[in-house]
Amino acid sequence: MISIKGFFRGRTTIQPIWVFVIAIFIFFSFMSEYFLSLSNITNILVQTSTIGLIALGMTYVMINGNIDLSVGAILGLAASLAVGLQDYGLTIAIIAALASGMLLGAINGLVVWKTGVNAFIVTLGAMLGIRGLIFLYTGEQSFYSMNFAFADFGASTIGPIPVLAIIFLLCTLVMHLVLTRTGHGRNTFAVGGNPEASIDAGIRLGRHMMINFIIVGFFAALAGVLLASQMGAATPNLGRDYELWTITAVVLGGTKLTGGYGSIVGTLGGVLAIGILRNGMNLMQVPAFYVLVVLGLILISVLIIDKKLNVPSTKEVRI
Amino acid sequence: MTPVHATTGHRQPIDAEPVLKLEGITKRFPGVVALNQVDFDVRPGEVHALLGENGAGKSTLMKVLAGKHQANEGRIILGGEEMAFENPKHAKRAGVVLIHQEQSLVPGMTVAENIFLGSLPKKWGNRVDWRKLREDTNRILETLKCSFQHDDLVGSLSIAKKQMVEIGRALVFTPRVVVFDEPTASLTDHEKPVLYDVIQSLCEQGVGIVYISHRMDEIFHLSHRISVLRDGEYTGTVNTCETNEDEVTRMMIGRSLELDHASKPSEFGENMLELRNLSVKRLFSDVSFSIRKGEIVGMYGLVGAGRSEVAETIFGLRSPTAGEILLDGQPVSFHTSHDAVAAGIALVPEDRKDQGLILGMNCRDNMTLAGLESVSTLGFMKRADERAVYDKYHQAMKIKTPSWRQKVGNLSGGNQQKIVIGKWLHTHPKLLILDEPTRGIDVGSKAEIHALVKELAKSGYAVLVISSEMPEVLGLSNRIIAMYDGRVTAEFDGDSVSEDELVQAITGMGQPSPAEAATV
Repeated sequence: MISIKGFFRGRTTIQPIWVFVIAIFIFFSFMSEYFLSLSNITNILVQTSTIGLIALGMTYVMINGNIDLSVGAILGLAASLAVGLQDYGLTIAIIAALASGMLLGAINGLVVWKTGVNAFIVTLGAMLGIRGLIFLYTGEQSFYSMNFAFADFGASTIGPIPVLAIIFLLCTLVMHLVLTRTGHGRNTFAVGGNPEASIDAGIRLGRHMMINFIIVGFFAALAGVLLASQMGAATPNLGRDYELWTITAVVLGGTKLTGGYGSIVGTLGGVLAIGILRNGMNLMQVPAFYVLVVLGLILISVLIIDKKLNVPSTKEVRI
Repeated sequence: MTPVHATTGHRQPIDAEPVLKLEGITKRFPGVVALNQVDFDVRPGEVHALLGENGAGKSTLMKVLAGKHQANEGRIILGGEEMAFENPKHAKRAGVVLIHQEQSLVPGMTVAENIFLGSLPKKWGNRVDWRKLREDTNRILETLKCSFQHDDLVGSLSIAKKQMVEIGRALVFTPRVVVFDEPTASLTDHEKPVLYDVIQSLCEQGVGIVYISHRMDEIFHLSHRISVLRDGEYTGTVNTCETNEDEVTRMMIGRSLELDHASKPSEFGENMLELRNLSVKRLFSDVSFSIRKGEIVGMYGLVGAGRSEVAETIFGLRSPTAGEILLDGQPVSFHTSHDAVAAGIALVPEDRKDQGLILGMNCRDNMTLAGLESVSTLGFMKRADERAVYDKYHQAMKIKTPSWRQKVGNLSGGNQQKIVIGKWLHTHPKLLILDEPTRGIDVGSKAEIHALVKELAKSGYAVLVISSEMPEVLGLSNRIIAMYDGRVTAEFDGDSVSEDELVQAITGMGQPSPAEAATV
């Protein structure tokens, strides 16, 4: 244990989750002959891209000290709009879908900022309400895309690599840079770490909160559009429970629910950990229910390990 | 109320066998020796003050004593018996209790439930014995001469009363040694005598008291003996009646400190800040004063007199209900602190940890927090520039950190405060407001911060220092504004005012008429 502690101290960008990701990667490479093929690995990236994209935005919101439970519903609404509005043209449908996500995110952010009601409650309400809007809009019907360009996009590749995987990795890179290199990123940490001190430093707390809710709304909508494009359709129940998977991935990646701590690199690890476990156990033909049990256990154990690792740092030398 | 400005103590040491003895205590943490062969003892019925700069090892020693840490070497002898406390509960049952600086009460429970938290009296069937609980609580409240009831909700009590509840907890198991760690840090001057009385009555019952504080006046008022730690080493014990502040300070920091009144700034420019009849409903009213470039104005008053509120209003955190603020001759009105920062105002807040710093962030990030724009292009921060800013103030203010990566939560109070000040210097403000700049900071760092403030004023900053410590206000200020109950009661020249005049002005006694105050 001591050597592990030493290894992680001072290397804040390397999260314990990556050790886990590498371990299960090696494990499944030995357990299944299909696992370590290019097609399977790109497959994992495509499968994780939906949760992964939302998790990028969720990381910002959670570092900021908030949470967004409405992402699954936003995803569902955006998917329905992206398919349902295609009569007006594909571009308009996609823009409308993405705009709906950003608008709902902005409303979430505005309510949390102006009223001071806990984001958990505000977005829980939004989650229920938006799901209701989807049913109102779709009339409980699934929509099928008549536009083949839309349906083909979800399955297209550049060389051997699926476009969805590329989009996800590019977004990850951009979000990582914005979080670590921009003033907005730094202030996101500051506001989550200590809102009062942030205000006293002249940081416009509400603005950063709004931006982050808009970001997560955008990514939820983007994930919805891409998911609809993968399936060539949208169902009114699309995105159910996704908020829970997203939060699981973000927390696995070392972001704290209390705000002030976290990283995109860690979130990527968390998303991959879930993706690899599901994929690998699937290849090993483990029944789906066991997969859930294992994921639940792993979430809790990773957090226990994280807690054990992080305790000594509070007792560091005072100068 | 007893005066507490005595510089030498009056209490004779008590001659008795120590109730508690610590011998050769050594405590090592990974990479550091926090305590090295420390000896300490407490006699029954005495107040033994433990002094040392922040990080000298006082808290660690007390944690070893109270069973929170276990010593690597050394013996703890309580009442002639060698003890090995495995945890705080164990120590508490043996009669050693630590009264925390931070209060650990459950606000939604009653006074009785809080006092007996974890040790509620029980009847058969594991049911709470409410009658016994009530009687025991009343007995404890009587010993403490408390004015509140056993069934009052703790959340509704003032900080001072909460502290009494905390002390009440110590009395559940007849204590032999009670440790007070900075007990007056959050008390107003009116509330302190109550605490002193309780300590006195504990002494009379033969309890040994360990008293940790940074405030010399309290220590000389209360204690029989003083022990000093420096860098984890025991530097000695003296009888309070045979020593003075100078000697104790020398023991603490290894050199003597002199308050340098002569070095106050003396060249002033135009008015930088002017308040005209500034008021915020229910908080303060008709506050008028001005600060010139290069001038230090002290604002002196009791906690609750409205001093911090005036500062917050200047800084845009509260909106004035009447009056105006002129900055550099121009009337200004800020809706948010962001506007105030942009206009060149900096506020070093009263509560470093809650309002001044992001404890989980490293030193560099805290330093650039208020001025990120100046080290960024198109929203992206330039790392080299950020480092340069950090290095500049790190050197200029002699901040002691192993590296910029260190989390500020792990620094001592003095270094934390320097980072907060550095954060604001980087924004190049016109007006620097310091609210209780040296609260909870050891004497060495205190002197450094005082010197720094004077230097800043001399380089042209207008400085407003809010403080409840008279020596600080007198030592720093060119002019002193006294506040009482939301009003400015007097304005004094910082060099010629007497302590008596100041005390009168802030307690509302012999209050001069407004006309008089204006002409001073």
